[in-house]
Amino acid sequence: MVKTLAKRMGLLLLTLLLVTVLAFLAFSIIPGDPTSSILGVDATPEQVAVLREQLGLDLPIWQRYWNWLSQAFAGDLGTSYNFRMPVGQLMAPKMSATLLLAALSFVLIVVISIPLGILSARHAGGWLDRVVTVADQVTMSIPNFVVGIALTYLFGLVLRWFEPGSYTSATRDLAEQLRYLIFPALAVALPRSAMTVKMLRGSILSEMGQDYIRTAYSKGNSQSSVLWRHVLRNAMIPVVTFLAMAIADIVAGSIVVEQVFAVPGLGQLLISSIGNRDYPVVQAIVVLVAAVVVVCNFAADLLYRVMDPRLKGR
Amino acid sequence: MMLEMEHLSVRFCQGQQAVTAVHDFNLKMDEGEVVGIVGESGSGKSVTAHTLMGLLRRSQVEVSGSIRFQGVDLLTLSRQALREYQGKELSIIFQEPMTSLNPTMTIGAQVEESLRIHTRLGREERRRRALEAMALAGLSNPQALYRCYPHQLSGGMRQRVMIAAALVLRPRLLLADEPTTALDVTIQAQILDTLRDINRKEGTAILFISHDLGVVKSLCQRVVVMRRGVIVESGSVEQVFYHPQQGYTKALIAARPARKKLMGGVEHG
Amino acid sequence: MSGVKKRINWYFAAGGVLTTLTVAYILLGMVWTPYDPGALSAADRGAPPSLAHPFGCDHMGRDIFSRTLQGAGTTLTIALAVLVIGCVAGLVLGALCGYYGGVVDGAVMRLCDAVAAFPSILLALVVIAVIGPGKYNIIAALGVLFIPSFARLVRGEFVKYRDRDFVQAARLMGVSHGRIIFVHILPNTWPVLLSGLAIGFNNAVLAEASMSYLGIGVSPQEASLGQMLSEAQSYMLTTPWTMFFPALVVVVLILGVSLLGEGLRERMGDGL
Repeated sequence: MVKTLAKRMGLLLLTLLLVTVLAFLAFSIIPGDPTSSILGVDATPEQVAVLREQLGLDLPIWQRYWNWLSQAFAGDLGTSYNFRMPVGQLMAPKMSATLLLAALSFVLIVVISIPLGILSARHAGGWLDRVVTVADQVTMSIPNFVVGIALTYLFGLVLRWFEPGSYTSATRDLAEQLRYLIFPALAVALPRSAMTVKMLRGSILSEMGQDYIRTAYSKGNSQSSVLWRHVLRNAMIPVVTFLAMAIADIVAGSIVVEQVFAVPGLGQLLISSIGNRDYPVVQAIVVLVAAVVVVCNFAADLLYRVMDPRLKGR
Repeated sequence: MMLEMEHLSVRFCQGQQAVTAVHDFNLKMDEGEVVGIVGESGSGKSVTAHTLMGLLRRSQVEVSGSIRFQGVDLLTLSRQALREYQGKELSIIFQEPMTSLNPTMTIGAQVEESLRIHTRLGREERRRRALEAMALAGLSNPQALYRCYPHQLSGGMRQRVMIAAALVLRPRLLLADEPTTALDVTIQAQILDTLRDINRKEGTAILFISHDLGVVKSLCQRVVVMRRGVIVESGSVEQVFYHPQQGYTKALIAARPARKKLMGGVEHG
Repeated sequence: MSGVKKRINWYFAAGGVLTTLTVAYILLGMVWTPYDPGALSAADRGAPPSLAHPFGCDHMGRDIFSRTLQGAGTTLTIALAVLVIGCVAGLVLGALCGYYGGVVDGAVMRLCDAVAAFPSILLALVVIAVIGPGKYNIIAALGVLFIPSFARLVRGEFVKYRDRDFVQAARLMGVSHGRIIFVHILPNTWPVLLSGLAIGFNNAVLAEASMSYLGIGVSPQEASLGQMLSEAQSYMLTTPWTMFFPALVVVVLILGVSLLGEGLRERMGDGL
């Protein structure tokens, strides 16, 4: 068990390293020099040379990568070309908004989809199940940002439950932040919840058809105790893995939905940095998301092993 | 009489169509008796057992006739009242030991599940009785197996776990639905021995369902031959095997690969 | 059984009707739009839906109906182009890896796993940051990013079939590897590949719409559904139709294809 985990961990770290190499390479081979976007087109060659040295652009690429990587490990992700401040400092306040949004979205997905999936499977074939299935299929087909716009319209403009655009990083009060973020979180969560409901429903129904369920009934279990004691434990295994893997998509969804609700998070920073060709920032965000992906996959793997005794010790 | 099944008919309904699986089935069993039901696959023998056990979905089947168990007609009971019998007075073991156990529950939890459902015994007492049942079912190291999961066990051991779980409350009647069909011949013989022991020691009546005449002959006192949902012939083992009255029974006996059975030809139902 | 049959028909029928409608709508948009999608009309600023402008007009007086026709066309073109790139390259890569196996297979699949674990929208954004925006760059970026998921899908199928009896038999008869791959195994992968295509199409539409919503999509001169939605957001209290119709087109486009894919999976026998 420990050996397998160590191996998986090593593999994941290797993946992460690979991502940083690829990201670094990608941003190094871009045509056009960041100096021109910083200094403008009419900079003197001397100015450009000085800046290139300042930014370390005169060094060979492997050395630049090494510098970047060792600094990154020390917590220094470089300096933003555009804002002239350390990337870490720039990202920190934005990161909290995005991570809060992603976390809230995740909680919503769990809270929405698990009861609905169970309910739908329990009444499979009935009218409730049909309503859920149709609603599910439709919800799955709505892009995050469209859900966001619809929520803004309904709850922000018509019902006035929140004021669109009123979220700032200066909003210190957590309760207040959450009250605003619940709407973008819903936008991120709804399509993904629909997928989860569908998956859980399918998983429960396929477990219900297994032989061991018949055994459980033969011992005198009631329908609900068969569901809670036998079916769910087995049916949740693939769903938990799916959810853990979905975290990366939730983060990506948050980045898009932030734009809809004007949440000053990583999404806004990423979009503006892409526009400004502010590569150290883009690179740092990419690496951060990569880290989230890697950690989540690792967690998914771990959970899978904990939940399924058949995989223990393998 | 412990069990009296009279004029039992089972029809499966699918939309407009209905298929009769069992028609006018009659069987009486005394306490401690071992009775076999023989027939080829699709003859309705498993359906009979599942009906008796109350495992068929009531919305999908039409059942008529009566199943009187210790004087109570099980067919008239509510679902909830029926549960009082399942796993307590009546137990069943199935053909597929590989899949009939819950993969994410420990052996111990599965063996003592009926205790948890039907009694208010404490954890320690449940464990003690589970270990006892496991020993009765012929599992040699119950203590160690208690914490194992099904995938760690062989098919024969899993079937013994099923037997232990079925016996933990010492039911009056054990239904064995082709319990040895999926196992190889040596294991099959050992499981049959175990069932015989249990019948002798605990006085548990066994209704043994099989397509294999040899197995039924070696274990049962009486036998019922079924074909296409109808009883073709019934009587004592000697009577049916040595003086079969019906052509079908004769054909069934003749078709049996006599003796070669032990050489390892495992048939599937 | 009859219940199951009914459901196949339902998914297929609904998906088929919706997809046919949207495709017809988009084809119409390619040859004819009632107005020039970019034409401004001061008199029609924020005009509600009417006979002259069935979907109404936006804050600049542009006809929404014409713009959704054009935007949906752009979206469909991009999604199809992305699918062609991703599917063809993924097919070849997956087939070769799955059929031959070995070290290369392992390495390629690791890489595919890594790429597929990333949210594709994010990766596409980064690629666009590097190569710059524009229709063809988006197609290239998304196309390349869609290769891994197809490669994994096809590889899985090839691994399943490569040791089957009919493949072994073909090998013994001296059939060439290329022929085995394309003639003997490939046809068996169609059902899985088709439902993969439906999912891929929807992801492509989703990615394109999201990117153009974020303003990192096709050039602003060309109408796109995402960009229309982004603009509509500021005016949606007064002119909700500017938001409603583009959103409807996106949703119907995705819904139709996802229902088709669903019907396909049901027909293939696994209800999941």
